[in-house]
This record gives sequence, C-alpha cells and structure tokens, in this order.
Amino acid sequence: MPAMKRSVTPHKAVELIPDGATIMVGGFMGVGSPNRLIDALVASEKRNLTLVANDTAMPGRGIGKLVSAGCLAHVIASHIGLNPETQAKMNAGDLKVDLVPQGTLVECIRAAGVGLGAVITPTGIGTPVAEGKDTLEIDGVTYLVEKPIKADFALIAARQSDYAGNLEYALTAQNFNPTMAMAGDTVIAEPEHIVPVGMIPPDSVRTPAALVDHLIERAL
Amino acid sequence: MDAKESIARRVAQEIEPATLVNLGIGLPSLVANYVSPDLGVFFQSENGVIGLGARPPEGMEDPDLTDAGGGFVTAVPGAAAIDSAMSFGLIRGGHIDMTVLGGLEVDAKGHLANWVIPGKLTPGMGGAMDLATGAKKVVVAMQHANRGHSKVVQNCSLPLTSTRPVDLVVTELAVFRPTPAGLVLLEHAPGTDLETIRATTLADFEVSPDLSVMSLRPD
Repeated sequence: MPAMKRSVTPHKAVELIPDGATIMVGGFMGVGSPNRLIDALVASEKRNLTLVANDTAMPGRGIGKLVSAGCLAHVIASHIGLNPETQAKMNAGDLKVDLVPQGTLVECIRAAGVGLGAVITPTGIGTPVAEGKDTLEIDGVTYLVEKPIKADFALIAARQSDYAGNLEYALTAQNFNPTMAMAGDTVIAEPEHIVPVGMIPPDSVRTPAALVDHLIERAL
Repeated sequence: MDAKESIARRVAQEIEPATLVNLGIGLPSLVANYVSPDLGVFFQSENGVIGLGARPPEGMEDPDLTDAGGGFVTAVPGAAAIDSAMSFGLIRGGHIDMTVLGGLEVDAKGHLANWVIPGKLTPGMGGAMDLATGAKKVVVAMQHANRGHSKVVQNCSLPLTSTRPVDLVVTELAVFRPTPAGLVLLEHAPGTDLETIRATTLADFEVSPDLSVMSLRPD
C-alpha cells in the first residue's frame, strides 16, 4: 500500500509559501484552478509572488483574484486579454508580465518537469518572442531555443484524489494541471473529492501520488 | 446579413469533411454555425477538448467543460478530453487540418498580426502563434477595416504572430490568397466591386483571372 497523505487546510498549505516565491497555478480562463488555495493566498496577503499560469482569468475569478489582491509582482502567461486589471497594472508598471506562446509555455513547464534542458520550437521565430534568444538550425529549419520553466510550488486542481494522492482530472479542467504537477519543487493538490485508495482505476490516474507533496482536505 | 456572418459563412466552406479544425475565439468561433454536422468535422478547443459541441441547455452547464474563452460547451459523441501539452503537441505537430484565426493586420506577404497593439492593447498571443505556425492550413477571418482603416496592409506595422504566411484571408468584402508574388484577389462579396476593394485595401494585390463572387451559402 502506498503511504497515505495527511490532508491539510488551504490556510495551512499556503503557510509553506513565502513572499517572493514562484508559483505555478493550473487553470484555463478560471476553469480547473485550485480556488480554495487561491483564496487562502489572498487571505494571507502574500506579496511579490511570481506566477506561472496560462492566463490571469477574469477579475474576481480564479487567478484573477491574485491580480486584484496585489499578490503578484511578475506574471508569466500566454494570455491576459480577459483580465483588464492585469493589463492596467502592467501598463502602470506595477506588474511585470512576460507573454509566452501557449504551446511554448506548457512545453517549457514540461521540460522542467521531465529533466530536459530546453524546448526547441518553431513557434515565435520572427516575432518579439524571439528577441534575445538563441536559435538553432536543424535540417534547414530555424528553431527558437526556449528554457525550461520551473517553480517553487505547483498548485494543482483535480477532480479527485485517493488517500495516497493519485490524481484524476475532469474534462477541460485538466489543462495545465498534470504538466505543472511535474514542475514544482513542492506540489500541493486541491481535489474536489477524496476517495479511498483503489477507487481510481490505475488507467485513470494522470498524476501519480509520488509527485504530490500535500493534499488539501476536501471542501465540506 | 452582417459582416461577421458573411465572413463566417464563407470560411465555413473551406472546411473539408472528416477533418480536425481549431476555431479562434471571437469571430472565428461563428464559423461552426455554418458547418453541417453531417460533415464529420471535429472541432478542437485548445483548452482541452476535441469534439467541441454547442452550448448546453440552460441549467445543464458543466463548469469543467468549456471552450477557450471560458464559455460553457458540450462535447459531441466521440469527443476526447486532452491536456494542454497534448493539445499543443497536436497544434505544433501539424495534426490540426485547419485553423481559423482573427486578425488585426494581414500584409501582402500573408503575414498575420493579431496579438498585441503596443501601448494600447495587450491581450497576449494565447495559442495563436502555435496555431499560425503549426496548423496545416491557416485561414484568417477578419473584418476588412477597423474604423475605416484597412486591415489588409502592405507591411504589418504590428508585431507578427508568425512568419509563416497564412493560406487564405476572408473579409466581408473579399477573399485573398497570399502567394510568394503577393496577394491575389480570388473573390469579391456580392454587392461590392473591384473598385471598392481597391479603394478600401492598403495592400497591393493582383486580381485572379478567375475572379468570382463570394458564395455565402447556406442561405
């Protein structure tokens, strides 16, 4: 039997995260984000965090709350178009924003998680994304060399976990979560449901328990 | 019929049976309304579903089943849920048969700019750079002009989305095909003429010897 995890409250979990840390947060336009962890980050008034996420959702929703609450100093994301607050803070110089093509972003996170030294991609060649970066020519095609993106903490949303921390995801709430679960030094998973070991068929486990450090207790 | 509907109807005719198609958010997403379910097309939504379906009935929404804009959708029979790494592996890897993207500018070389207006608007590229680089066929669906300014230009002034030329540009007035020699006007909309298109287009273009009228079926 795999070791059972002791579940923790969102507040207890975010005590691990110091100001200035780099966090990866799953989600796509507010779907599939660990919302109770986000609320705990806001409530504990974290500051100067670097956020790696696909997007900053919308004001008042998911990751958007971290923007509104002033928790972030730096955002690395592919899209901020649905959150005017992110753009306003960026334009005012209060928030550094690095925009990364979505496929490059997920692949750089994957690279960090799977021990690869770079992502070599055609995406971004001839655009501002390529500025200051190395290129490589392979078989006549020019590629951009993109570095892995890792984080101190990965905050993951899952449909369910078993007591050991094996995770299963739901439909489009999956998005960046399984990839980020490999790229954080410390992985905190927030499942909607927690079930006994053996209830999730092995074929359905997308993130093996060995990757998960802390499990958030389910909401009652 | 308004401009967006004309564009969506014309773009829908580019979609081949039994293909995998990605529609961008906004105007491109309207294209699905004019594609017959009998065509056997699967729509990919890059947030993680192949086999995107229509909006669910009210009260039946699933918060974990959404499109790339965060709107509630359904999944058709035969659909697959995928994570972002798989989604963009499909896109960059050339497994998407066609994508329809919105545009801020397209130039005479077929270059697309659609993700930032420096100093004014910074939505970000999202998946557009990967789609414009990796999809087998790239169709731009955009209105011909913005507040009277042609969006079909000689050289993009905005930062590019990709240096790979797009395959077709559809506006409410015209259909252009970018070629190594420049833009070729293939079709004009019903009720407009070559002079109007010349007067409202900033890019140089050749006129196809087979110039025809844009079909807006199904009507």
